[in-house]
Amino acid sequence: MVEKLLADFRAGDKVAAARIITMLEKGDPKGKEILKDLYKQCGRGYVIGLTGPAGAGKSTLTDALVKELRKKDYRVGVVAIDPTSPFTGGALLGDRIRMGDIAMDPGVFIRSMGTRGNLGGLSWEARDALTVLDAFGCDYLIVETVGAGQSQVEVEKVVDTVVMVTVPGLGDDIQANKAGIMEIGDLYVVNKADRGDADQVVRYLEASLELGHKTEGWQPRVCKTIAWKGEGVADVLDAITAHRSFLEETGKLEEMRKIRTYEEIIARARKMVIDELKEYKGINEIVERVYNRDQDPITAAEELVNSVVK
Amino acid sequence: MSNIRVLVAKVGLDGHDRGAKVIVRALRDAGMEVIYTGIRQTPEQIVAAAIQEDVDVIGLSSLSGGHMHLFPKVVNLLNEKVPDNNILVIGGGIIPDDDIEELKKAGIAAIFGPGTPLKDIINLIEEKAGK
Ligand SMILES: Nc1nc2c(ncn2[C@@H]2O[C@H](COP(=O)(O)OP(=O)(O)O)[C@@H](O)[C@H]2O)c(=O)[nH]1
Ligand SMILES: [Mg+2]
Repeated sequence: MVEKLLADFRAGDKVAAARIITMLEKGDPKGKEILKDLYKQCGRGYVIGLTGPAGAGKSTLTDALVKELRKKDYRVGVVAIDPTSPFTGGALLGDRIRMGDIAMDPGVFIRSMGTRGNLGGLSWEARDALTVLDAFGCDYLIVETVGAGQSQVEVEKVVDTVVMVTVPGLGDDIQANKAGIMEIGDLYVVNKADRGDADQVVRYLEASLELGHKTEGWQPRVCKTIAWKGEGVADVLDAITAHRSFLEETGKLEEMRKIRTYEEIIARARKMVIDELKEYKGINEIVERVYNRDQDPITAAEELVNSVVK
Repeated sequence: MSNIRVLVAKVGLDGHDRGAKVIVRALRDAGMEVIYTGIRQTPEQIVAAAIQEDVDVIGLSSLSGGHMHLFPKVVNLLNEKVPDNNILVIGGGIIPDDDIEELKKAGIAAIFGPGTPLKDIINLIEEKAGK
């Protein structure tokens, strides 16, 4: 069954791609084996992250950007993430409402996901989905996330170009988020330029950005868009492309991706060890021993780790 | 953790989707991941989205007629494009009683009229698509 699925996937079958993503979402062990197999084929896709407050127009902008990329005949994968309710585990995933036109384009694959306890950040499931779509042959991957304060920074671990989307009229919100916001965007989009004073926001952002940025030598651009009309979107793509060229020419893309690879390996290893530790059968006896002062917690931890990591 | 994934779409030319949105919220509150694709969806769009989202259930809503043609079309497209298709398709909205039998024959698992308690819809989905 796995062989058939992989063969279909390699032949470009969207049903197969979608089912592989589901296996990874469910933590199916076969999904992991498939991911191992696919890993060789990925790394070609360029990852764009769109983040910003709910309602800023990220999904609308995603739709417009995808159309712009399709004009150049690139294949595009989209992972659109909306909040999971911490109480019920349910989620309302509404990003597709803005992406009706591109839903049927053979060169586009869109997957919606809940944050699943990773509010603002990216879940493993989302990362895995990006890997799958990369291996599927997508030249560009767009990941849309709702920015939520500091955890936005997480997006950086997966994304090559971070696009911060904002709108006129947020006022104090921008101020409040300034510390976080101004450090992570590689470029800024002021959407809904048809409403309110977009130029003022642009000036404000440009002034703030002069103070410095996370990547040395890169000055983030600020673009103005009316996403639902597609206005200014070609300009956004130009800015993304400029950032990409900058990263490639300075060797920073390679550097960034190596750091990311290192972090991914460590994170995966940590998760594996912790999962093993949590399932360790004799844990209650160890707790009793240490509680009764028959053993110290340091030795107990050493023994536990040694028995798990072999 | 695995949630039931449901795609809810509104077919037909009218732009009213208050009813569909009530269902969407109820299903979310019941712990499901609900992908809402909006109004004026064609069967082709719905099936393309359902494939990429790999949903367990499709909920179709129709208020302005056309369901006798549009609902079965969704089922037929699914059978054509999805190997081992086992996506549960249900419908709701304004659907005359006389049409229900034929829709069921065409593969729509259940039809829910305007007064249906939300709990009934949730129960049916959990029973048939729960895992
Ligand atoms: N006035 C105006 N509204 C827009 C624009 N772009 C998107 N919207 C609307 O803003 C709302 C939120 O858009 P959406 O893309 O779903 O935002 P998201 O939550 O950031 O993904 C929708 O009603 C859009 O139609 C724009 O350029 N101008
Ligand atoms: Mg959105």
